[in-house]
Amino acid sequence: MNISHIREQFPALAREVYGKPLVYLDNGATAQKPIQVLDVLNEMQGGLNGNVHRAVHYLSVQCTERYNKARESIRDFIHAASENEIIFTSGTTASLNLLAYSFGQTYIKPGDRIVVTETEHHSNIVPWQMVCRRAGALLEVWEVDEAGALDPKKLETMLDKPGPVPKILALPHISNVLGLVNPLQEIIQVAHYYGVPVAVDGAQGIVHKKVDVQELDADFYAFSGHKLYGPTGTGVLYGKEKYLEEMVPWQGGGDMISSVSFKKGTTYAGLPLKFEAGTANFIGMVGLGAAVEFMQSLDRDMLEAYEGEITTKAMKELGNIAGCRVYGQPGTYYGQNYEKTPLFSMSVEGAHPSDMALLLDRMGIAVRSGMLCAEPLLERYGQTAVLRASFGLYNTMEELDFFIESLKKALKMLR
Amino acid sequence: MTIQEKQEKIIEEFSFLEDWMDKYEYLIELGKKLSPLREEAKTEENLIAGCQSRVWLDARIEDGKLIFNAESDALITKGIVSLLVSVFSGHTPAEILAADMGFIEQVGLKEHLSPTRANGLLAMIRQIQLYATVANTQKAE
Repeated sequence: MNISHIREQFPALAREVYGKPLVYLDNGATAQKPIQVLDVLNEMQGGLNGNVHRAVHYLSVQCTERYNKARESIRDFIHAASENEIIFTSGTTASLNLLAYSFGQTYIKPGDRIVVTETEHHSNIVPWQMVCRRAGALLEVWEVDEAGALDPKKLETMLDKPGPVPKILALPHISNVLGLVNPLQEIIQVAHYYGVPVAVDGAQGIVHKKVDVQELDADFYAFSGHKLYGPTGTGVLYGKEKYLEEMVPWQGGGDMISSVSFKKGTTYAGLPLKFEAGTANFIGMVGLGAAVEFMQSLDRDMLEAYEGEITTKAMKELGNIAGCRVYGQPGTYYGQNYEKTPLFSMSVEGAHPSDMALLLDRMGIAVRSGMLCAEPLLERYGQTAVLRASFGLYNTMEELDFFIESLKKALKMLR
Repeated sequence: MTIQEKQEKIIEEFSFLEDWMDKYEYLIELGKKLSPLREEAKTEENLIAGCQSRVWLDARIEDGKLIFNAESDALITKGIVSLLVSVFSGHTPAEILAADMGFIEQVGLKEHLSPTRANGLLAMIRQIQLYATVANTQKAE
């Protein structure tokens, strides 16, 4: 796979930090942007800026056309049935808050149950806790096992309880700590068998796997632009039209209305605008359109195979470091394959993650340390912090080797 | 030694360290040498939690002077904790409140004390100053 050709398209990767070549391994937090995205942002901010859906003048019409085209590109990228199902947001967190609020206001009543997994990012926990507090509903937790897999029997026990089934199941496609691809399709089938809709946090999943929301049969799928090589402050909430039609809006304002009147009351716009109050981040969203077009121009199967090679080698090398534990072990659990993506959260005996990250930083390597916005999951594994190296489509085998070598050097200093 | 003299000594020691790796090695060494905090002192009350690392700070007054003992779960943080404890422990509240914190910047550790680091160090300094303020007020009463 010709990674150097891909790397050349990301100007940030050519920079140095502290006089050393940058080795960027914090892609799970945010990814660098290709020139195709940067050019679009620059062109529009610099000379093609007119508010969308508002005016008849040239710039507004041009921007609106591009904005609509971005929605079509993103629809195509996740193979949604209709553009009405693609809600533009500022990121996964906003998508999940929108969903929790609107779904909650529409469907959740006192005493109802909501199920989330123990592997959630805080963004897929706290909005649901807020719904529960508001509506008097109960949050139940589907526990994860030692390897990072989810036992479907535990889910079925929760779904099989006497009385009404939970109103919704929320889970990640790929946990931002474990890096394992959850068997979504199978889990969704189980949930649907009981009549429970499923909301997927796809912030990490969309980056590493081809997503077809119709094939998955996901009811909701949320993701961010900035982790998908697109602009910061962009995101998407995919939702099945049957739910989105029924759900009440989240925020009120411009663009989301059909008619506003003090006398007759206000009526809302149709989908998707009903959920997009105020001036959209239209330049950002056109940038995200460019990012998904960039992704589609690549051979995704080859990329996945390459990421697989990185993953296999990294797991082997990390496994050879004494006292190193990587959370999220690939394998077959409960009859399902849990594939590992190149995202490695680890703890090493005798070395604190923040110390390792500080030393690696000075060697030019960007990694993450801390709780990774997943405090309950870290607590599950008895940790208060972990070190995470997360690879993007532009990272090379040489960078992996350098990371391992540098980590060993850091450990020598610390242990 | 006065707080001022201790700070000058630290600035001098750091001036011999050429690059960042040397600085980190020195801090790691200090961290390893710092005597551990008694387990009984590692209470929720004494814990200053950050996302990156955790710091425990224990304080008591002896003969009108504040005595600090502290620890962190991260080694580099612990090294900086060790510096802060050595500078401030054993001084009167008034001396602590009058101290100039500029030495942190001079030894190049300012970024470790920025609020975004969330390693507990900035909160530790604030806590030291709070102890001093409270002790000072109590003395005045």
